[in-house]
Amino acid sequence: MIKYLLVFVAVLGIGWILWQLGVEFQTAQELNPLASEYVRGSTSDLNMPNAVTAVVVSYRGLDTLGEVTVLFLATAGIGFLLKRRKRSAGLEIDDTDGAANVPVCDESALAGLEFDATGTTDPQNNLSNSLGSLSNSAVKTRTEGSEILKTGANMLVPMIVVLGIYIFTHGHLSPGGGFQGGVVIASGILMLIMAETRFHLSHLLLHISESLSGLAYVAMGLAGLILLGVDHFLDPRYLLAGQFLALFSAGAVPVIYSLIGIKVGSELASVLASIQHEGEEL
Amino acid sequence: MFETITLIFLGLISVAAAIFAIYTRRVVSAVIASGVISLSASIMFLLAAAPDVAMTEATIGAGLTTVIFLYALKHIRSSREGRDD
Repeated sequence: MIKYLLVFVAVLGIGWILWQLGVEFQTAQELNPLASEYVRGSTSDLNMPNAVTAVVVSYRGLDTLGEVTVLFLATAGIGFLLKRRKRSAGLEIDDTDGAANVPVCDESALAGLEFDATGTTDPQNNLSNSLGSLSNSAVKTRTEGSEILKTGANMLVPMIVVLGIYIFTHGHLSPGGGFQGGVVIASGILMLIMAETRFHLSHLLLHISESLSGLAYVAMGLAGLILLGVDHFLDPRYLLAGQFLALFSAGAVPVIYSLIGIKVGSELASVLASIQHEGEEL
Repeated sequence: MFETITLIFLGLISVAAAIFAIYTRRVVSAVIASGVISLSASIMFLLAAAPDVAMTEATIGAGLTTVIFLYALKHIRSSREGRDD
């Protein structure tokens, strides 16, 4: 009884606080000085119509760099955890089955997620043959995607990827940008992974594109520092401002946003691929 | 006026989906309901003239998060089945 009373009092208190906030809230009739400076500067200084991209890439560029770093760390953590589980599964097989199968396990663990269609079936068959009596092994073949999913994927995936590229290359002109475009590309790759069992994403390619684009992003920021002077880290104005509303305008912003898009897309695609493949190889 | 009505309607949908997600017995339904909340939130952002945020919410909240939850659910189920055998 006293517990319910306390909960009731707590709910009333939270409601009272929110009520106070709601009563005092009124929508701003004009931009505050900082926001109006951003809106003015995005068109006159940086020569781009999308003020949100001006804030995200240029005025608050350091925050975006930090965001990309956080996403990278999250991806690395997921990859590390899933990989470790796979290796411990290999050790388990090693314990139960003796030394004869060690090379097989090592091969499948080292080759990771990278082998092609012929490479996957062989170690798995070896493993399932050698496991044989072990009923708790979760080695199972994936069910094929349905006809609708396959046909839909064949038609839609190219369009989805092109849409993603459009979104991150036009981030300075229209809504959207690197993060949104990258997620759209990753969702297209997810559709391909779900539809085709023979589709295997090369993790080496993903790692290369992800690390190169991250490196190039930092290099673009440092170029501003070198070319424009001390407090101009991530300032995009060292490239030509170009014509207003043109694709190649607004200095380095389209380049930076495309790099962010490639980075985010390959990171999320590698997360999805490692989640998908981790269940297969346990 | 139309905008206000739509906003209130979407808010009611998201509150209903949240309550449904808490009280439903099937986890898959709860995951789908959380996706519905993200989707209506993204439409609300769009109506509030924030298309950038709306895109992020629709792709990440409604798309990717739901898919990752479903993947995690599938993995939990397959490991449970393996233990039961």
